Amino acid sequence: MNNFWIVLSHTYFSRLKSKAFIISTLIILLFLVGVANLQSIIQIFTGEDDTEKVLVIDEPGQLFTPLESGVSHVDEDIELILYEKSVEKGKTAVQEGEFDALLVLELDENNLPIATYYENNASFSFIEATLEQQLQQIKTTIAAEQAGFDEATIESIYEQVAFEKIALDEDTKTEEELNQARGIVYVMLFVLYMAVIIYGQMIAMDVATEKSSRVMEILISSASPVTHMFAKIIGIALLGLTQIILFFVVGYSLMSSKINTLSGEFFEVFGFSQGSISIYLYAILFFILGYFLYATIAAMLGSLVSRVEDVQQLLMPMVMLIVIAFIIAMVGSGMPEAKFITITSFIPFFTPMIMFLRIGMLDVPIWEVILSVGILVGTIILLAILGARIYRGGVLMYGPSRTLKDFKKAFMLTKKEK
Amino acid sequence: MSLLLSNVTKKFGEHVAVNKLNLEIPDSELFGFLGGNGAGKTTTFRMILGLLDQTAGEITWNGESINYHKSHLIGYLPEERGLYPKLKVKEQLIYLGKLRGMTKQSALTELKKWLDRFQIPNYIDKKVEELSKGNQQKIQFISAVIHRPKLLILDEPFSGLDPINVEMLKEAVIDIKESGTSVVFSSHQMSHVEELCENICILRDGTAVVEGNIKEIKRSFGKKNVRIVSDESIDFLQDVNGVLSFKRRNDGCELQISDEQVSQEILSKLAGNGFIRKFELEEPSLNDIFIEKVGENYE
Repeated sequence: MNNFWIVLSHTYFSRLKSKAFIISTLIILLFLVGVANLQSIIQIFTGEDDTEKVLVIDEPGQLFTPLESGVSHVDEDIELILYEKSVEKGKTAVQEGEFDALLVLELDENNLPIATYYENNASFSFIEATLEQQLQQIKTTIAAEQAGFDEATIESIYEQVAFEKIALDEDTKTEEELNQARGIVYVMLFVLYMAVIIYGQMIAMDVATEKSSRVMEILISSASPVTHMFAKIIGIALLGLTQIILFFVVGYSLMSSKINTLSGEFFEVFGFSQGSISIYLYAILFFILGYFLYATIAAMLGSLVSRVEDVQQLLMPMVMLIVIAFIIAMVGSGMPEAKFITITSFIPFFTPMIMFLRIGMLDVPIWEVILSVGILVGTIILLAILGARIYRGGVLMYGPSRTLKDFKKAFMLTKKEK
Repeated sequence: MSLLLSNVTKKFGEHVAVNKLNLEIPDSELFGFLGGNGAGKTTTFRMILGLLDQTAGEITWNGESINYHKSHLIGYLPEERGLYPKLKVKEQLIYLGKLRGMTKQSALTELKKWLDRFQIPNYIDKKVEELSKGNQQKIQFISAVIHRPKLLILDEPFSGLDPINVEMLKEAVIDIKESGTSVVFSSHQMSHVEELCENICILRDGTAVVEGNIKEIKRSFGKKNVRIVSDESIDFLQDVNGVLSFKRRNDGCELQISDEQVSQEILSKLAGNGFIRKFELEEPSLNDIFIEKVGENYE
């Protein structure tokens, strides 16, 4: 047991102190800071110039005021300027770059507004769309007034219909709960996906490096391969945990300092502000189980290669598995009740993602949860036993190794013949 | 108090790597393990260490089987040398020492002692990949002995070293033996084994073909060598009964004879056949025995 901690702490600290780890962590932290301050960064680059100046020639003289008030409600970045000079002069001003666009407003024979929009290039822009939309409203109002509707009638026409959704099954989640669940499910799926790929690779690399530098034979003559393998898996797990916690702490403190400004909406949509404990507990449970499942496979695969270069190749099937799980989960988040989601949630390689998705989105009977976790734990134990044996044989095996035959060979190497 | 292998057999599928090996290696003894390539030496070592399970037979040390609870008493220098190339010598050996049950402090003290002894104290903060192969090997050797094991297994400890370093390592091995450790080592270099060991075992295709005390082995080998230095041509000696081989040298010849008595016959034949500068009856060298016992396999 003592050796377990020595290998574990060696794995943990030698990785923690490695340049590659420190640099990649710093890059991701920088990225986080960047994302959190995206708004300010964009402002720095666009500077003062981010208001779009549009000249308006209002021939009837009654359209500018309602248009300006309408536009300012929708988009503060569009500045409308009433222009008293001729259309030609206005065009020249736009061409010279002094202003962004020119809008000429007139009335047709029915006294309804028509507009001509001049811009340097004819590509579609959001200014144009906003202006058109606002003008449309003004036109509707004028037309309605001409038809003799009073203001109250017009308002009632535009009022949104009352539409309330009530689920008859009392256990179904409310919209709010669903949003919350969806947010957590997405985050957990993504983090698990990244963790398996990054840390799985790290484990396989570590094992392969020790094997290719031939230090492995000394290591396993001091500590049993099984101890060694699990110390490695847990050591990397702790390393991953350190990294993830670091990201979360930095990310959370950044986000919470911004929460009242820009990211508020995001957080509300994804329902992070309110929480139900059980979904977080499930997230942790499935994350840990998912990690161990894939980490064991990674260690096993790592023990089979004799050159570090072969690691990627051998890890491919494992990466494919997690990619498939991720895709199924993403598809399934739109239709969590589909049959294939139910079925795949019991396949151990997919359970951590898909069962968690179902728990988040639906009300899954507790026996189904227990069954799937049971299958998952069983698979992990099975893989650990198998992995430990393959590891024991694999680490003594050298030579080109990229076939399934090696599994058998490694397995046989540790077999006691009667 | 000894390492005991009884009827140890290891099969890899159909291939028999080690066949019914019986060995007894007492404490405080240097035991030599000889054999051609693929004779089963490394497999035997791996079985002793518990890295491989034997197919049949038993391996005990002081009456108990060897497992990981005893790893702090065992030292191992594998044939395939390997250390972490990116780690410093110090970090490396502290880690390996700790795995063998040492504290960080004692590992560091021992490491310094060994580096001084091998005259490379300034390498303590160097990365292993920066060292020459010979110096890497010294570090590797230190990693096998740093925890003062009671059983030390050295797989080809002297290969790839220059003569000065070989001497340095030999002395270290002898000192370790003197301190009460059983040392088992394998080598291709017969002279090293002859010089260091009292008892040996020669393996051929996994089977022990010669085993026991070197002196007894030589005595019971029967065949002797005769070295003659003479000014005259003595080629006629190859026809003498009992002469097994005849090697001409620039100053005379070397004969291998079937037993001691033949030498007297040769001597009498030589008398009156010119000037004899040297006539010597030698014990067979380990090399002769090895070639005889293992070489026939290759014929």
